[in-house]
Amino acid sequence: MTLPADPPGQLHHLLDIQSLSREMIVRILDTAASFMSVTERSVKKVPLLRGKTVVNLFFEPSTRTRMTFELAAKRLSADVLNLDVEHSSAKKGETLLDTLRNLESMHMDMLVVRHNESGSADFFARHAAPHVCVLNAGDGRHAHPTQGLLDVFTIRRYKPDLSKLVVTIIGDVMHSRVARSEIEALTKLGVAEVRVVGPRTLIPRDIEAMGVRVLYRLEDALPDSDVVIALRLQRERMQGALLPSEGEYFSHYGLTSKRLALAKPDALVLHPGPINRGVEIASDVADGPRSVILEQVANGIAVRMAVMALALGHAGSKEHLA
Amino acid sequence: MTSPTTHWRLRNGRLIDPAQQRDEVVDLYLMDGKVAGLNTPPTNFYPGQEIDAQGSWIIPGIVELSAHLGHSDQTLAIASESKAGIAGGITTLAIPPDIHPCIDNPAVVELIQLRGGRYGQAHLRVVGGLTTGLNGEALTEMAALKEAGCVAISNGQRTVTNSLVLRRAMEYAASHDLTILLYASDPWLSASGCAHEGATSTRLGLPSIPSAAETIGIHRDLALVELTGVRAHFCRLTSAGGVRLIEQAKAKGLAVTADVAVHHLHLCDENLINLDTRYRVDPPLRSRTDRQALRDAVASGVIDAICSDHRPLSADAKRSPYPSAKAGISGLETLVPLTLALINDGLLSPTQAISALTAAPARLLNLDGGNLCIGAAADLCLINPQARWQLAAEHMHSSGRNNPFTGNELAGRVTHTFVGGELVYRLSDNLKN
Repeated sequence: MTLPADPPGQLHHLLDIQSLSREMIVRILDTAASFMSVTERSVKKVPLLRGKTVVNLFFEPSTRTRMTFELAAKRLSADVLNLDVEHSSAKKGETLLDTLRNLESMHMDMLVVRHNESGSADFFARHAAPHVCVLNAGDGRHAHPTQGLLDVFTIRRYKPDLSKLVVTIIGDVMHSRVARSEIEALTKLGVAEVRVVGPRTLIPRDIEAMGVRVLYRLEDALPDSDVVIALRLQRERMQGALLPSEGEYFSHYGLTSKRLALAKPDALVLHPGPINRGVEIASDVADGPRSVILEQVANGIAVRMAVMALALGHAGSKEHLA
Repeated sequence: MTSPTTHWRLRNGRLIDPAQQRDEVVDLYLMDGKVAGLNTPPTNFYPGQEIDAQGSWIIPGIVELSAHLGHSDQTLAIASESKAGIAGGITTLAIPPDIHPCIDNPAVVELIQLRGGRYGQAHLRVVGGLTTGLNGEALTEMAALKEAGCVAISNGQRTVTNSLVLRRAMEYAASHDLTILLYASDPWLSASGCAHEGATSTRLGLPSIPSAAETIGIHRDLALVELTGVRAHFCRLTSAGGVRLIEQAKAKGLAVTADVAVHHLHLCDENLINLDTRYRVDPPLRSRTDRQALRDAVASGVIDAICSDHRPLSADAKRSPYPSAKAGISGLETLVPLTLALINDGLLSPTQAISALTAAPARLLNLDGGNLCIGAAADLCLINPQARWQLAAEHMHSSGRNNPFTGNELAGRVTHTFVGGELVYRLSDNLKN
């Protein structure tokens, strides 16, 4: 069974960036830009999804992503249910399919799902009732499409002409769904060059096929970079012989102000969060003038509003801001 | 006493019997469970039962090198899998030891044979375990397993990590003239992986297994084969590197043979791109280049045999995100058309293709079957090589419908299967489409 493609020009599920057209990505970003004003005014609500039910189904812990999805849905006036796996029957051995069927019987319209296995969002989309939209909030190492979109959204606000940009992604690309979605979003939008850099243990094989340039030394990767994205390094990586120590990682791949000076003077610094200070990024860079890390969080709300509004079929026009 | 019901004339069929290097249109006579005459009826033949085999191929019954029986919760689904076998032209099924319960003692062998005799129409041949519980620590009573009827010995897909234990097991198997079946894989490199390590697994973020897992395994196992002198068969090659090692070992004169699962000759890792769990197999589908190397190796004879690596699974076993879906294809019913496709692709001659399904696996399991000489058991099938058909999941005989070729147009179809001279399967007219 192959997943039926969305009709052209329509968004139903958002599972990864790969299945989005360039036009759809631009439409999502433009819609998000129009929602920015909503999030800044005193009454931060529009009635677009009034009467719709959005379920946040999180099998992995999350603060930022879950809260911003929740906030996005609430600003669109949807009813939001948060299902934490720790407190649910999924922990008691209920299969994913049973969980889905139960949620469907509560007449949900949209399922926002995070799960630790690659392909889990596709799984839910494959088995969901036709009217249910599935949004991937992170599946294993595969994709985290709204994060990829909010990152390009953030970059575009500072550097509108993406075609001339060099973007460098540092760190644990191997285990990062964020990196994969960023790479796909950036390459689809025609960025001049995407570089990935890290020790060979953290760079997956044949990633060049995704249209990136691979480098192994930060000093080689940073020059000419317009955007620098540091990825989170999880503590588990010290097990399994991927890295010797956090200290050695920081001394070679940590983003310090000295290293950042190798990039272009106006280079932006992004990080998907949560950050490990002194592991992948130095505090003075994370808190410094080039950092847009907190803006990423705020932009995430607008991008997720845009995706939700487009998926449930109301967006693009001016009246949606009323 | 001969009964007329055991007399059959198969008229005007193209007999392809690689063991005798025969490929000609014949009338074949069966009597009392045996092949009894070629073009001229044997004495005492009672004319009456006849099949018009014009346009059909008559081939020896297929010997499947690896058939798991039923889902994990359904220990021995012998009746359904045996039926699936004969519907696929397969008259002998070799059962690997890593089923539930694992085959590490004569009692389990006898249980399978007993049930097979009672419920099954295809012959079951049992591969005994190499170590007790397949734990890779202590040797099984291999001589007793052989006496109970095991045709070979293997640890299944459970790698014997301790090289000393494997060495001893090989020496002991060789002492009892047993062939050892090896699934070569480095357990550390393949742990928790579900896809070939390459561009597709990288894009999809799937935990991956590099080809080196296979080549390291083959390197080690070949060194021990050379040291011990055991007769070894390497199961389910997947990579170009693996093929090269087997080729070198054969050139060196080692007593090694190898097989490939037919789906590895048609699919590759690119098929995973939609995360369709029907493509989840173990060992994993590798790159396009690896697939070409496997195809070339079948054509050159470096790979001796083709099998379906049959693993029927319940729908629930495949209904989960890709990494946690169970691995396997229910393959008995597509083995013939997928192998015939290799002829249509210009890769194999009909004799080569049929040999890889019959004479070669029979030889490497030391079985009498796999040929249609006068006096041989009348295990055979008729194939309409022109028939175009679609495999519908709901028409499968196997208890598992996990087959990625359902819905595809297939060419070549088994129309009749005989086991021991008895017509046990006939394609019903309403399925002929």
